[in-house]
Amino acid sequence: MSQAATAGRLPAAARERPPAGTVGPWAWLRANLFGSWWSTALTLLLGYVIVRVTFSLLEWGVVNAIWSVPYRNGIADTSVCQNAKGVGACWAVLADKYRLILFGRYPYDQQWRPAIVVLLFIGLYIVSGMRRFWRKELVLIWAATLTLVGILMWGGVFGLTLVTEDYWGGLPITLILATFGAAFSFPLAILVALGRRSTKMPAVKLLCVLYVELIRGVPLISVLFMASVMFPLFMPAGVNIDKLLRAQIAIILFAGAYLAEVVRGGLQALPKGQAEAADALGLSYWQKTGLIILPQALKLVIPPLVNTFIGFFKDTSLVLIIGLFDLLTMGKVALSDPPWQSFSTEVYIGLAAVYIAFCFAMSRYSRSLERDLNRARGR
Amino acid sequence: MNQAMPSAASKRDASIPDAPAILLDRVNKWYGAMHVLRDVSLTVGQQERVVVCGPSGSGKSTMIRCINRLESHQEGRIVVDGTELTDDLRSLDTIRREVGMVFQSFNLFPHLTILENCTLAPIWVRKMPKAEAEELAMSYLTRVKIPEQAKKYPGQLSGGQQQRVAIARALAGSPRLLLADEPTGNLDHATGLAVIDLLFALRQRSGTTLLLITHDRDLAARCDRQVHMSDGRLVTPSDAEAAACSP
Repeated sequence: MSQAATAGRLPAAARERPPAGTVGPWAWLRANLFGSWWSTALTLLLGYVIVRVTFSLLEWGVVNAIWSVPYRNGIADTSVCQNAKGVGACWAVLADKYRLILFGRYPYDQQWRPAIVVLLFIGLYIVSGMRRFWRKELVLIWAATLTLVGILMWGGVFGLTLVTEDYWGGLPITLILATFGAAFSFPLAILVALGRRSTKMPAVKLLCVLYVELIRGVPLISVLFMASVMFPLFMPAGVNIDKLLRAQIAIILFAGAYLAEVVRGGLQALPKGQAEAADALGLSYWQKTGLIILPQALKLVIPPLVNTFIGFFKDTSLVLIIGLFDLLTMGKVALSDPPWQSFSTEVYIGLAAVYIAFCFAMSRYSRSLERDLNRARGR
Repeated sequence: MNQAMPSAASKRDASIPDAPAILLDRVNKWYGAMHVLRDVSLTVGQQERVVVCGPSGSGKSTMIRCINRLESHQEGRIVVDGTELTDDLRSLDTIRREVGMVFQSFNLFPHLTILENCTLAPIWVRKMPKAEAEELAMSYLTRVKIPEQAKKYPGQLSGGQQQRVAIARALAGSPRLLLADEPTGNLDHATGLAVIDLLFALRQRSGTTLLLITHDRDLAARCDRQVHMSDGRLVTPSDAEAAACSP
């Protein structure tokens, strides 16, 4: 519209471009990297450092790297790697140990089961991330997937051999703790946040405040210890709740307290007029909360929510202190094998890559979700 | 839509026709130690248009917000259409269902489309099927002259358009009583007048009782009756106070 209007009166081509030298790659370089002698010097210095580091990393990680080692009598001969130490990476350790790290002590010939479980989880995350699946059926998808996960991991039905939790380990443990943790702590957090803001139920409010402050006041490690050592003491004799479940409950309670505060922040940030307008329309408390308050409040706190989720995804690695074999712990176990003992750098880089892949995906997703929601609402 | 309106009207006639739309009987309210409503007694008849005038802080907003319990009063009786407002949740539900409200700051729901804003009450409060609710909402959006914006979000509309949506939203709940708290306060004069013309035309059609707060003299002059508030009391207007109804 404005183009049509200006085209009639002005030599459009001449006026619509900014002055030469203020756009394009050269202008960008001048503005951002070579603006003054100071920034020119900094650019050159940092450029030098970046190039040097990149080259030595490539040299170590790719050019001089050793990708496989010979085996004698089924035992890896790591002398090649030992000789290359400090010069080239020994990725052979990952080639040799990746199944142990990913799937733990799960029976070797059955490891396709945890592999499928990992894929199921990733599929579940992708489906849950798509806004067109945000409806009631998603709950069914979650229930079905988690049931399938249970069947695959435990077995004992449909001709699958039974594998107890003692043999689970690696990535499935991490994903189980993180996924169930998120699935249960998030609704818990919403209820606690609502309870904490309740004006009509002081007892509920007090309970919510106590829960948040008590759980937030202690380290996760001590909550895990409590769950693994103290919890059985409260149980009647003979009742033995599985260690994994206990850790899971501890993580849910802990994450719930943190998420509750994040959600409360969102509730607080919402203008009071929104709740009043909903009240004035005659919506009930739960209608108001579900249709008006939460959709807006949760959108406001997407960045800190994802922040907390990412934190807890990594914090699942703390379960090693109560003897569960999650991904990180399995990395340590793999390193206890004598021939590979001195290649911890490579193993930890491999583990970091897995954690980064999941966390980076979460952070990108949160950005795109925010953008999407903003665009959809015309702002 | 056209079938819905007369049936609603006939139901109205069948219910307590003689009860006043609003009855306030010596209502008192405190914010902490501050006495904001002092023995306020007011009767508004069915289908009456009443404007509340008074300086800022005189308790006008608090009074009308007590009528649909956005604020609670501490002493006295509030009876809306024969239903007394008590702590009983059922009476609150009944009253909120019968009372619509238009705010100074519009308070549209920014995450819902214009149409969704207007179908909320019909679908969730009146339990109307979605298609019927949309038809009803569209008919109101047509009457406030913005049916073409139905799929947009509130953030994409101008202030005057947003307030018209707010009016459509309030009326789509088929209220018997409409409260309006300075509906033109955030709009320029011309836009405000256009919005008010619509409000009055729509009210005329559905026979809704109207209780309105405004500082706009033109608007106040078009109501059946003016009441004046000062320091939390309803007062007999002296000429000076009558002038307070205009800016």
